Amino acid sequence: MSLGERVYVGEVLRGLLITIRHLLRNIFAMKDMPTVQYPEEKPRYSDRFRGRHRLMKRDDGSPRCVACMMCSTACPADCIHITAAEHPDPTIEKYPERFDIDLLRCVYCGLCEEACPCDAIRMDTGIYEIVADAREKFFVDKDFLLNDETRGTL
Amino acid sequence: MMELVVATLLKIVFMLVLVIGLIPVLVWAERKGSAFIQDRTGPNRASVAGIRLGGLVHPIADVVKLLFKEDVRPDGVHGFLYALAPFVVFFVALVTYAVIPFGDYLEVGGRQIPLVVADLNVGILYVFAIASLGTYGIVMAGWASNNKYAFLGALRSTSQMISYEISMGLAIMGLLLIFQSLRLTEIVSGQGDLIWGFLPKWGVVIQPLGALLFITAIFAETNRTPFDLPEGESEIVAGYHLEYSSMKFALFFMAEYANMVIGAALIATLFFGGWNIPWLSRQTITAGADTLLPLVLGLQAVVSGVIAWLFFRRAVRERGKFGDARDREPGLLGGFFAVVGALSLASFALAPWRVGPAGASLFATLLQVGAFVGKVVFFCWFFVWVRWTLPRFRYDQLMSLGWKVMLPLALANLVITAVGVAIV
Ligand code: SF4
Ligand code: SF4
Repeated sequence: MSLGERVYVGEVLRGLLITIRHLLRNIFAMKDMPTVQYPEEKPRYSDRFRGRHRLMKRDDGSPRCVACMMCSTACPADCIHITAAEHPDPTIEKYPERFDIDLLRCVYCGLCEEACPCDAIRMDTGIYEIVADAREKFFVDKDFLLNDETRGTL
Repeated sequence: MMELVVATLLKIVFMLVLVIGLIPVLVWAERKGSAFIQDRTGPNRASVAGIRLGGLVHPIADVVKLLFKEDVRPDGVHGFLYALAPFVVFFVALVTYAVIPFGDYLEVGGRQIPLVVADLNVGILYVFAIASLGTYGIVMAGWASNNKYAFLGALRSTSQMISYEISMGLAIMGLLLIFQSLRLTEIVSGQGDLIWGFLPKWGVVIQPLGALLFITAIFAETNRTPFDLPEGESEIVAGYHLEYSSMKFALFFMAEYANMVIGAALIATLFFGGWNIPWLSRQTITAGADTLLPLVLGLQAVVSGVIAWLFFRRAVRERGKFGDARDREPGLLGGFFAVVGALSLASFALAPWRVGPAGASLFATLLQVGAFVGKVVFFCWFFVWVRWTLPRFRYDQLMSLGWKVMLPLALANLVITAVGVAIV
């Protein structure tokens, strides 16, 4: 540090000038403030943002998932629980009878969507408001995940 | 005798209203100021019938919340001292005001009432003596809480207070040498003079180093950033008031702000001329009241008019922006300022320039009290401003600043001033 900086007083004054500049600018140009008024205005995240999961459907509306357990195996938080069942269509081996995700345990790492061989699980919903008033409500099932129109909170 | 009692009571009430009234305003200024400095909007959600007043409703909500909060008392505290500590701290923060002159005098029926609650001839010593008592409250709180973090916070507070009290005392010695008095009223009226006919003889002009040291020491004494080590949430949780909740916590909190007001009042009184308005002595004001009074009223009308216009413009521009009660807010505020402006204009009808000597004297008193309050408010804001500019010191930095920098500087300042006073 130079002597001028070590005397400190000048640097303090410089700091004070910087903060008062911010204050005055924000008072007189309140519209330019970068704050987002959250509940009224929602921030938009990048397309790569990992939001709440959804399950993809086939053309006939059944889940695309083949219950291969790749995602639940890859999941570091161990929060995907799948019960597999025989599929009526002989060309498809299995389908998930139950597909539950514990959103409270999920760390939104995206490993499940990486692991899926048939692009059945995605995190591209853009939903980041994952709130509920009871623990059980964070335990979401197949119906919920397939219904990708359910935007917003749980 | 009766008059004396009434006058004193009125003065006490004025001071209490000033100090306690400033606390919620300061809390608001701190939250809103910090927000604006950091490019945030700050508190703006609490509302009364949809009117938010830019966050001014929050202090009311805070008070209601603190009053109704559960008062948790942990096991193992020392019951008596635990309960006593917040009162000691708050009491100490309030009684110091007694010796601070907030105006020259008020003329009532030919008698001059000095505007200071107690004009002690050892005024400044009283301030220091009482201020250092605050440490007892903090130590009591820390020890009685039976919590190691609280205890550490209290210890840090004590050592900090003791270290900076010395520099604080020495920093004003030069001033005392120049004004030859410990009486705050005399120090203030002494600052009304001019040096070489144009420079106000304020403490900061004749004792710049002393002023700098004193302001720094006051920051340490009031536990404000960068000297807020008694709290330090990152290393000792919340410090000495860790185990306190609801109103007991609120007392500590209010005491901090009350201390800030007294700190600001002391800085203004000792180094920035107290109630003096530079180049406008009392004689000048009373003699020129006929022109000054309409000037002040006119200025008030113009300023309120401009503010009202700004609000009305916003009301028109942002009509229906929110679609709820908030839309009425700019209009209401604009209306308020318009009424203030209109009242100041209407008072011209009373021909204020024909006030006569009694009115002129009252006008001078009001102006001077206004100057004092304005200075106090400015320095209160200064505390907030510095808090959101500087980071907290490390403990060893704090100690070496106190003992290795401030103490020698204060001594040097004293020696130089003493030599100067002896020569002149
Ligand atoms: S995002 Fe990560 S933690 Fe969440 S379910 Fe997928 S793999 Fe598990
Ligand atoms: S979501 Fe993908 S990875 Fe997971 S079980 Fe279904 S098909 Fe397999």
